Amino acid sequence: MKRGRSKETLKDRLELVLAYDRAQIPPGKVDALRNDLLEVVRRYFPAGNSSVEIEQRGDMVVLMANIPLDEPPATGGRTR
Amino acid sequence: MNAKVIVVTSGKGGVGKTTTTANIGAALAKLGEKVAVIDVDVGLRNLDVVMGLESRVVFDLVDVLEGKCRMSQALIRDKRVENLYLLPASQTRDKDALDPEVFRGVVRDLVEQEGFTRILIDSPAGIESGFRTAAAPAEGALVVVNPEVSSVRDADRIIGLLEAQQVNEIRLVINRLRPKMVASGNMLSEADILDILGVKPIGIIPEDEGIIVSTNVGEPAVLGKTKAGEAFMATARRLKGEDVPYPKFEEDRGFLAALRRLFGGA
Repeated sequence: MKRGRSKETLKDRLELVLAYDRAQIPPGKVDALRNDLLEVVRRYFPAGNSSVEIEQRGDMVVLMANIPLDEPPATGGRTR
Repeated sequence: MNAKVIVVTSGKGGVGKTTTTANIGAALAKLGEKVAVIDVDVGLRNLDVVMGLESRVVFDLVDVLEGKCRMSQALIRDKRVENLYLLPASQTRDKDALDPEVFRGVVRDLVEQEGFTRILIDSPAGIESGFRTAAAPAEGALVVVNPEVSSVRDADRIIGLLEAQQVNEIRLVINRLRPKMVASGNMLSEADILDILGVKPIGIIPEDEGIIVSTNVGEPAVLGKTKAGEAFMATARRLKGEDVPYPKFEEDRGFLAALRRLFGGA
């Protein structure tokens, strides 16, 4: 932890913790949800660098899932 | 202190209950105890952020009391200190979700079943149901007091209520003391506070900007090197029964202070 800029750390922590507070969901539960979601997604796609985050967008708190489809699905669906 | 279950309280808000709970909890764990710190401020959870464990909250105290999860699922293990655990408050419920008798049972289980040697309960401010629930399982209390009028008055009120609840082992943690102001006679000293409240201090914590920095990054001060951190560490040692002398905080090494010392002043 860099000394002298601890308020930057605090600001980041506060933004995150307030987003969870407003969404009324504990952060650890989003971790569990993220793992479950990715497990399901991986059953269909070999999704590699996926991320699931809580984000504040204006007045709304949204659950953001970023799932890059590295390779086309094995069967069915459209190919890029 | 003989008490295994200790409530940290103050009456007045903003005097440093949560900081005291986090630091003395971490200090006791560093000294080899198995410690659980419990946040009872339902709806206004803060011990998790002060300890830097907020991202790991899944279940909370109310979930445990309502049987929605096992104790082991709600306890968050602090990875920086061995044998330190946090039981977070619920952020989405209100105080009525806590039943003092059920809470007493949960705390008893922590000691008797889970082998915790010390439980610190971070009480909400005020003297209403939240405080009474927090104090229900306690055998001892740390009353956090700042050397100023409203805090001392509220501490006196809280001490009376604790005694009425059969919390027998009560000690003061005098927080945010400014040695220079005490030396110049413009702030109550620990001796003054002892005179007024008739309760012995177990710790004196100097005002320290280091506390703000350590709270910013979510790392209890006793894990770093600050004056307040050292004072919290010494407090934990006294709590365990060690005879730790209070340091002289007046490190005013300026020219005037030297003169004052020379002529036998404060």
